[in-house]
Amino acid sequence: MATKIMMPKLSDTMEEGVILKWHRKEGEKIKQGEILAEIESDKADMELEAYDSGVVRKIVIPEGGKAPIGALIAIIGSADEDINDLLKEGGAPPQKEAHISPEQKQPASIATAPASPPPSLSPHQEPTPIVAARPADGRVKASPVAKRLATEHRLNLATIPGSGPQGRIIKRDIEGVLSGKISVAAPPAATIRPGTSEEVSLSPIRKTIAKRMSESKLAAPHFYVTMDIDMEPAMAFREQVNNATDIKLSFTDIIIKAAAAALMKHPLVNGTYLGDKIRQHHYAHIGVAVALDDGLVTPVIRNCEQKRLDQINRELRGLVERARNRKLKPEEYQGSTFTISNLGMFGVEDFVAIINPPEGAILAIGSIVERPVVKNGQIVIGHTMKVTLSSDHRIIDGAVAARFLQDFKKFMESPAALTL
Amino acid sequence: MPVVSFREALNQAMDEEMTRDERVFLMGEEVAQYNGAYKVSQGMLAKWGAKRIIDTPIAEAGFAGIGIGAAMAGLRPIVEFMTWNFSLVAYDQLVNNAAKMYYMSGGQFNVPIVFRGPGGAAHGLAATHSQALEAIYAHVAGLKVIMPSNPKDAKGLLKSAIRDENPIIFIESEVMYGDKGEIPEGEYTIPIGQGEIRREGSDVTVVSWSKILQRVTIKAVEELEKDGVDVELIDPRTIKPMDWELIFNSVKKTNRLVIVEEGWPFAGVGAQIAYEVGKNVFDYLDAPIERVTQEDVPMPYAHSLEIRSLPSVERVVAAVNKVLYRD
Repeated sequence: MATKIMMPKLSDTMEEGVILKWHRKEGEKIKQGEILAEIESDKADMELEAYDSGVVRKIVIPEGGKAPIGALIAIIGSADEDINDLLKEGGAPPQKEAHISPEQKQPASIATAPASPPPSLSPHQEPTPIVAARPADGRVKASPVAKRLATEHRLNLATIPGSGPQGRIIKRDIEGVLSGKISVAAPPAATIRPGTSEEVSLSPIRKTIAKRMSESKLAAPHFYVTMDIDMEPAMAFREQVNNATDIKLSFTDIIIKAAAAALMKHPLVNGTYLGDKIRQHHYAHIGVAVALDDGLVTPVIRNCEQKRLDQINRELRGLVERARNRKLKPEEYQGSTFTISNLGMFGVEDFVAIINPPEGAILAIGSIVERPVVKNGQIVIGHTMKVTLSSDHRIIDGAVAARFLQDFKKFMESPAALTL
Repeated sequence: MPVVSFREALNQAMDEEMTRDERVFLMGEEVAQYNGAYKVSQGMLAKWGAKRIIDTPIAEAGFAGIGIGAAMAGLRPIVEFMTWNFSLVAYDQLVNNAAKMYYMSGGQFNVPIVFRGPGGAAHGLAATHSQALEAIYAHVAGLKVIMPSNPKDAKGLLKSAIRDENPIIFIESEVMYGDKGEIPEGEYTIPIGQGEIRREGSDVTVVSWSKILQRVTIKAVEELEKDGVDVELIDPRTIKPMDWELIFNSVKKTNRLVIVEEGWPFAGVGAQIAYEVGKNVFDYLDAPIERVTQEDVPMPYAHSLEIRSLPSVERVVAAVNKVLYRD
């Protein structure tokens, strides 16, 4: 019997997806478990596996096309059966949802429902792994000899297109790159004619950012509290660690740990507004904003209050790399309780950030600047950094924000305390 | 170089070794008066007499056991099975006495014996008479298994087998006895455990042996050659001990491996080769190893199904194309 393939819900916030690639053409056979298509959600590129074997009878949404969740994107069946009825039925509500978890199944009209407050996140509501759509997990498939050759020639396998089954990189792909027949370079930039304008449709990630930031700024009354941090102790601490160990600690690592320590003392800042109550989290899952070419994503380091600085350092490196390659898994960017946004590396001295809902606050980090400071009645050259906490006034009052920043400052200026 | 048939090559090997060593004798069903069921022992009774060319009753377990006892007592028997299918009647003797005696006697009794005869399918002999048993015997610790594919190897390896101090399983083929081939002039032996590259190539390694090599794999290689595929064809000649280095070095060169064998797939000789290659030259593989085997069914009597059951040129070509990512 023919089956309708619907656009799967690949992330909590996804509303529509773009078909990046069909791995089968109409009329071609597919087996259960084989990759049918690649789909771009608002967070990452994912692979959609076929949950039935059969012949791809109809591709409804072509490559590059968009469809809302639950919309009909293809039909798989036997080679000769009549699929006209299925085509007429079209998409939503989804009828076969092996790829959508039960909790998400309840509102059958996800795609058309009015924007509801984003679901609050807590451990028991962690997003359920998607069954049939396997996230691109960052694993590059390559044959053993291809891997060996890539290592010998210092090639990055992630940049090489694989011509084997399911994109496996095989020897001829490596040889193609080495002989210059296959290009690993990015496609040439389009030439822009002066005096012209153009409209670019929103990518899924851009849409999500637009929607969530508007929602946040409209729903949560923001207020901002800024504080100056003396960075000399943190600089000295970082230098000591980096000189004495193999770890290359970053200021962001120290900031994450200091924020986690301060959050444990100020649970309101680590809370979520739920309309008639406040959910306070007894753990600090800290999101770190990472800029992408066409947006940003906030990978999450979980339980920062329990992790050592070197663990945070290692985890953050991995997350940032996967975020830049758009290979984060849903559980790696969902469920944060607090977010840190650092623009210090761009020379920004201070700025205010928009709260990342459903969180209660976000910390904006400026650059470390050299400037005259007064110490012991003397003007000396010091290093300071401005941080600004944006708070949701529905749950956080000015004094709470200020006390949080006092503690954050204390930890930043006494970094040895973060190693206890 | 002289051209002889497979059966003449075997005959020469036995004759030369009987001349060289008076302890060597042949026994089996119809080896003497009838000159051998497949005429391998043609003329041997007339030349050597009934003391050294001995007809046995139809009692494989009995004469296999007598052979093992003779070997333990210092003789060097050659025991012919009319086909290897009948060795199953003597399986206990081969597995529990021939293979284990040297070990279980603490080195007091070695068993220098050769069991030989045709194995595998001929034509229309059905399920119980068409079996490729090399994997079963190679599985047993203490046995060596030899499977030549041509007269030169048959003669050189049988001579080595007769001189070996251990029990040897020597598997021929009914359909190959008439095959003719060149053999070196005069005395020569071929070492046990040494394979041969039958055709050098750079695209893919194909390992195959005995009749399937000669009747199927070589034809597939010729088809592939017309299609521009340069196959390196390896004939291991000895199944156990296997010439691993020869296979490993070839896979290092070609990065791909297909094993073609007559036996059933499960725990077949090819499964062991695939494991050893995966383990030892993993970093050189460019594609999953493919095997072509008999289907996992008792051999059908119907000729059309017998053909479908056995490895075919088409199946070998398809497997090679698969590892080359050409399918």
